[in-house]
Amino acid sequence: MSPQPPLLSVEDLTVTFTGRGRTDVRAVSGVSFDVAQGQVTGLVGESGCGKSVTSLALMGLLPKKGVTVGGHAYFDGTDLLGLGREQLRDLRGSKLAMIFQDPLSSLNPVIPIGLQVTEILTRHRGLRGDAARKEAALLLERVGIPDPTRRLKEYPHQLSGGMRQRALIAMAVACAPRLLIADEPTTALDVTIQAQILELLKELVDQQGTALLMITHDMGVVAGLCDRVNVLYAGKVVEAAERKPLFAAPTHPYAHGLLGSIPRLDAPRGEPLNPIRGSIQDTIAWSEGCAFAPRCDFYSERCLSGTPELTEPHTAGHRVRCVHPVAPPSKEGADR
Amino acid sequence: MSLLELDDVKVHFPVKRGILFDRTVGHVYAVDGVSLSVTAGQTYGLVGESGCGKTTLGRAVLRLTDITSGSVVFDGTDLAQLPEEEMRRARRRLQMVFQDPLGSLNPRQNIESILAEGMAAHGIGADRAERRERIKEILTKVGLPHSALSRYPHEFSGGQRQRIGIARALVLQPDVIICDEPVSALDVSIQAQVINLLEELQESEGLTYLVIAHDLAVVRHISDVIGVMYLGSLVEEAPSDALYAEPRHPYTRALMSAVPVPDPEVEDRRERILLRGDLPSPASPPAGCRFHTRCPWRQPTRCDTERPALADIGGGHRVACHWAAEIADGSLRPTSELAPPVLVDTGTDGEPGTDPGAGEDTDPGTERKETAAGTPA
Repeated sequence: MSPQPPLLSVEDLTVTFTGRGRTDVRAVSGVSFDVAQGQVTGLVGESGCGKSVTSLALMGLLPKKGVTVGGHAYFDGTDLLGLGREQLRDLRGSKLAMIFQDPLSSLNPVIPIGLQVTEILTRHRGLRGDAARKEAALLLERVGIPDPTRRLKEYPHQLSGGMRQRALIAMAVACAPRLLIADEPTTALDVTIQAQILELLKELVDQQGTALLMITHDMGVVAGLCDRVNVLYAGKVVEAAERKPLFAAPTHPYAHGLLGSIPRLDAPRGEPLNPIRGSIQDTIAWSEGCAFAPRCDFYSERCLSGTPELTEPHTAGHRVRCVHPVAPPSKEGADR
Repeated sequence: MSLLELDDVKVHFPVKRGILFDRTVGHVYAVDGVSLSVTAGQTYGLVGESGCGKTTLGRAVLRLTDITSGSVVFDGTDLAQLPEEEMRRARRRLQMVFQDPLGSLNPRQNIESILAEGMAAHGIGADRAERRERIKEILTKVGLPHSALSRYPHEFSGGQRQRIGIARALVLQPDVIICDEPVSALDVSIQAQVINLLEELQESEGLTYLVIAHDLAVVRHISDVIGVMYLGSLVEEAPSDALYAEPRHPYTRALMSAVPVPDPEVEDRRERILLRGDLPSPASPPAGCRFHTRCPWRQPTRCDTERPALADIGGGHRVACHWAAEIADGSLRPTSELAPPVLVDTGTDGEPGTDPGAGEDTDPGTERKETAAGTPA
């Protein structure tokens, strides 16, 4: 455990979508996790597990109508969820920043890149005119965009996908944020470009001590980048651990199954994959039991007796929400 | 025996400009001279990044996109020369599974009607009842309940929709199925289900696959032979295991080193070859070797003037690089010209430090990055 308190501490976050004449949808139901200073924390899960909604709730970007957000998110002592619009606006872009999955739709198509970058510098750092433009060029250069002065005058469509994501990262780090939330930052990119962007994010964390909350579905990205990982399923953290213990001994049947179902580039050919049965639609409400029970190979009656708690069945710091945790692999059978 | 043989296939799209007169001002060289052969009963995997022409090539085989030149010989007939009507009939034996399962299913047709349409068009089954029996049989094979018949695409999950797409191809009893990114729209746990299904069906139905995908791990898992495409042409082709064990083309090496592996031990040890910049435009591909603008092994001669041919280096391994042999035996090192000497340590476990002695082909003056976390390689 790190001696200093975590930079961001999310406690029992719930997000419920309500619609007229429809049953409420609880996208996030009681998520708690910490993000430590200078570390990369991963939120992993498949579509519909609530990972993106979590990030939007933290940034205060969810619509006010029809959405109920509960719980706390202490960022440096202040509860983000209790802040007013103005206070949030001051935080966003300066101490808190976010990069999104689709760089093209996160940039304004009719405004040159330069103006979009200087806007932030003006708003949060009070830079204007030439000073702002110079700083913007420096930022673009730092994220690896060649010929930054020319690029500043260009529009988003003139940049390639990787370049756009770099521009977005430049905007996000313009004010040296303390926490950067990256929501699937490389999903829309090709693998060689993905490798470039991940390398850039790593450098930012190493050099600036920025805390990074990495939201992704790609276990490979997690394995290479994250320090601590939270696996989400149906709106709850089902497993939380340091990176290496998680991959060496995935303990929740879902995390275990997920890792077993991924084709690996370095695996010998010919072995069939072990997919998880069914789909995310086959879930039950957490109030009735474990949401993963209908797809689980270890299912028993006990799974249906209320929400399982997060426990540490095998090792300290490796928390699992399951009544039938998967036994850790024996020493000699351990990961090759 | 090769069932499908592509010889020097080119697909060029004209770029037009002008209001009154459609002047052709250039071409997009989407596919620019691809030759490959797919053996009956096997899976040929085509990988490459977006814009490399892999999808266009797949569509060109079925002539969903017109071929500019070259031949596509399927079971002895050149599909490129067939008249429209005969081509339509030939498509019974050559089917396609598309990437987006929702976008490729008509939302207003129920599953029975979607599956029966192709059968009616190709005259399979005498009447509705007979077709329905056949469809039920196929639904069982792809793991869908018979109650699916009267339901509509939106009622299914992504994985189930992809099963419907596969069933639609299967009802026609094809010989070859071209799968264009069959699992990229699906979640990983569902991906595995569909991959396993494709493999089972290959076994039971004796199918031949041409799988087009960007995910090297998926392609390696299901393919017997893999072809790597870059900017409209094949740069390397080899049996799946050989390609993984010994990638010879610099692009293949870079691609492989960029694929994240879900294992921290591997990730910490791996050597990354970071490519600089982006894919050049296929409308104005670089002269010489298409990859020379981003290649870490680029040489001052030949690379930018002479286009390398796909040369056989034995064992069914073909590679299009002038310097493949020199790179393989280590006499050629990556040049530092393209990249400043950056050596970043990413010891994520608080054990920073790069061991300069680790890895014999680590050259500090290159953009190769050694990620060592104290684990001996």
